Amino acid sequence: MLILKVNDTTHQVDVPGDMPLLWVLRDILKLTGTKFGCGIAQCGACTVHLDGKPVRSCVLPVQSVSGHEITTIEGVSEKPLARQVQRAWLDHEVAQCGYCQSGQIMSAVALLNDQAPVNDHAINLAMAGNLCRCATYTRIRAAIREVSESVGVWQP
Amino acid sequence: MAAMMDNQLKPGMTSRRRFLKASSAVLGGLVVGAWLPPLTPKSAAAEAVAQGKVSLGDSFSNGFGAFVRVGHDGRVSLISPKAEMGQGIQTGIAMMVAEELEVGLDQIDIQEAPPNAELYTDALLQFQATGGSTSTRYTWEPLRRAGASARMLLIRAAASVWEADPNLCHARDGKVFGPAGQKISYGDLVDLAATYSLPDDVPLKRPEDFRLIGTPATRLDTPTKVNGQAKFTIDLDMPDMLITSARACPVYGGKVRHVDDKAARSVPGVRDIVILEDVVAVTATNTWACFQGLKALNVEWDYGTNSKIDSAVVDQKLQDAIQRDGVIATEKGAIDASLQAANSKFEAVYVQPFLSHSPLEPMSCVAHVRDDGCDLWVGTQVPGFAQQTAAAVTGLKPEQVKVHNQWIGGAFGRRLDFDFITQAVRIASKVSYPVKLTWSREEDMTHDLYRPQYADRMTAAINDDGFPVGWQHRIAGGSIFARYVGSLPASGVDPDAVEVAVDPIYKLDSLKVHFIREEPEVVPVSWWRGVGVLRSTFAVECFVDELAHNAGIDPMAYRKTLLAHKPRVLAALNVLASKGAWDSPLPPGRGRGLAVGEVFGSVVVSMVELSAIGEKGVRIERLVTVVDCGLVINPTSVKAQMEGGTLFGLSAALFNEIDIKDGQVQQENFHAYRQLRISEAPPVEVHIVPSAEAPGGVGEAGTALIGPALLNAVNATFGDRVRRLPLVRSGYFIT
Repeated sequence: MLILKVNDTTHQVDVPGDMPLLWVLRDILKLTGTKFGCGIAQCGACTVHLDGKPVRSCVLPVQSVSGHEITTIEGVSEKPLARQVQRAWLDHEVAQCGYCQSGQIMSAVALLNDQAPVNDHAINLAMAGNLCRCATYTRIRAAIREVSESVGVWQP
Repeated sequence: MAAMMDNQLKPGMTSRRRFLKASSAVLGGLVVGAWLPPLTPKSAAAEAVAQGKVSLGDSFSNGFGAFVRVGHDGRVSLISPKAEMGQGIQTGIAMMVAEELEVGLDQIDIQEAPPNAELYTDALLQFQATGGSTSTRYTWEPLRRAGASARMLLIRAAASVWEADPNLCHARDGKVFGPAGQKISYGDLVDLAATYSLPDDVPLKRPEDFRLIGTPATRLDTPTKVNGQAKFTIDLDMPDMLITSARACPVYGGKVRHVDDKAARSVPGVRDIVILEDVVAVTATNTWACFQGLKALNVEWDYGTNSKIDSAVVDQKLQDAIQRDGVIATEKGAIDASLQAANSKFEAVYVQPFLSHSPLEPMSCVAHVRDDGCDLWVGTQVPGFAQQTAAAVTGLKPEQVKVHNQWIGGAFGRRLDFDFITQAVRIASKVSYPVKLTWSREEDMTHDLYRPQYADRMTAAINDDGFPVGWQHRIAGGSIFARYVGSLPASGVDPDAVEVAVDPIYKLDSLKVHFIREEPEVVPVSWWRGVGVLRSTFAVECFVDELAHNAGIDPMAYRKTLLAHKPRVLAALNVLASKGAWDSPLPPGRGRGLAVGEVFGSVVVSMVELSAIGEKGVRIERLVTVVDCGLVINPTSVKAQMEGGTLFGLSAALFNEIDIKDGQVQQENFHAYRQLRISEAPPVEVHIVPSAEAPGGVGEAGTALIGPALLNAVNATFGDRVRRLPLVRSGYFIT
């Protein structure tokens, strides 16, 4: 039995220690907002927060994250900054198919959570690990910039 | 995509023959359906649907009309004949219905249409499908008509209650208002309205009266796509369901020879091993166990004859084919004489590679096969084919197969095919529980159906002014149409492969187009975003650009000379010249390229501006796209589609090519089949030309134009005429 703390709730899960966190979230805890895209940390669809930092859950053995704070798109949606990001995503009509957007938003929230200055270069660094096959990049950039400006961290 | 069945109705015929019918034989609601005349013998399922007697899925248990149903609570159910895969179509259709029905978008609930060829056949495609950028073009009339018909009946019902003249009543915001200030909501009128026959004459609003159409509307499907609540096929869970994943023979056409499953069975969570003729599959309690179980299967394959084929073989076959004449697709004027007489001729060969679709949601399908029926929960562009393939595999009747369509996590043409649905049903037929098929990315990329590799040879006769008198265009490659439909039309010409080529926008005195079918055999070929339009536009737009440069004439001015008969295209070119500052001087090391087309009922012009960084470094400075897509339903969606479509095409044009070695696809995941990332994605400037023409398609328009615009810009910047995609193949890199 492993102890997992996901979205402020503690779970006991009976899974092999090498099972990637992604599949524990999706198949065991039924938190399907975190997506499977590649399985090799190339696409970012599986991005979650580990102690507030963005990680690719598809390559993270679950035994390595026991005892850490894990936040998924379902949990982050309860937090004010994430809600602001989601609002900006809707205002800029970012999503097309929407499949990658959980991961995109998790990476964007992690960037903004840092409270470090944000500019186009910082957006590139924080978001380049998240593929969008619909190529909604222009709007992702605009949405992040808008939130950055409103929380006072935009520094071009 | 070209029309699928040339022996059936021509586009447009159905709109004249269409008639509307109201049915009161439903429970608790007004049902309005636009019935299409039968294209095929009536199936029992269609009969049941038409009579509203039988449910075809849980969400339809109250019976339904073809498109629109109004409930006692005043809410409107819209049965969408088009699948949502990110293009925003379901919101667009909702806007059409809401506009005519006089309700707010927030009063509309969207349901997915079940398979039903009679009700949901797209007259442009001639089958029930979402693809070919036809969705807005096709639904534009019948969906508005369905909304308007319902409004007229509701007004008539209110007028009857008030004993007033219906002509003095009007509807707004889900209510009818009477001449003496009365008002009554739709929900209170549905029982009475449902007793009326539908009006024969259904006038539609004039564009100047539109309140919703043409305004930027927020999509109805996006709120749950930003908080993780949206469910795609891969997210579904059913009682007693297990996960399954499959590995097909690495060589297309190969078979399973022997399987040692001992190690796989010892993986915790693995339940069953399913061995099919060409596929091995594992079922398990979770996806990870499933993937581990599959890896642990020791499979001996009979690779078959395709294992001798490499990319070089396919390449050589195409190079040989393009020297032949094949079948003549069209011939206008006397190109042979023109070529013989011409003082100047020019010839070039262009090559486009195999491409994978690689949507971010890998192929997935939930299937439950029982003795008395089959349920499929799957995002599909072709619900009718999904039903038919399940019936064929199981021996059930089509009406025993229920298809519950789902939102699609990217398709780009991939889910116009149903190979993965067939596979899910084959696996589900061997077990007693529902299974959710989830392919690994590796399976998805190596068992795609690929956009074919093509070669185009173009030969022009040039007049003394440097303009083409005409040209000969040879197209060689596999036939998607023949693979999809089963055979080529009697003409022997693939109508998709020669689209655009047989009717180029330029004024030519003579034209001859040849289709030379050369099947790659080693991989199956299929539709890819942009379809035949993208295919031929690439060759034609690169070729015209070469002719302009050979003549020493500015490529914009050169095109305009050949487009004097196309005022709409000229207007779009002028917008681009202005917004893209086409004539402004450029510093050394910079260049601009252009491509133009009439595609999917829209006019599109794209411009790429590049900087040279060293000898082979490419920096994209600007992407500008001008679109005249006729009357715009939702400008936000048009812009989003043009932006995304352009970058989707750019990504492929820069980077993508599927290689084959020993009959096996070499690219397995995104590290080897790289995609444009945000750090490499320039902004796309989209300019919409105001237009009152009928709506055109935009889902594939941007994709179709960006490839040639990119290569034309490379030539302008580097003085290097690249004639083969992707660009990185010629040693360039993005910086």
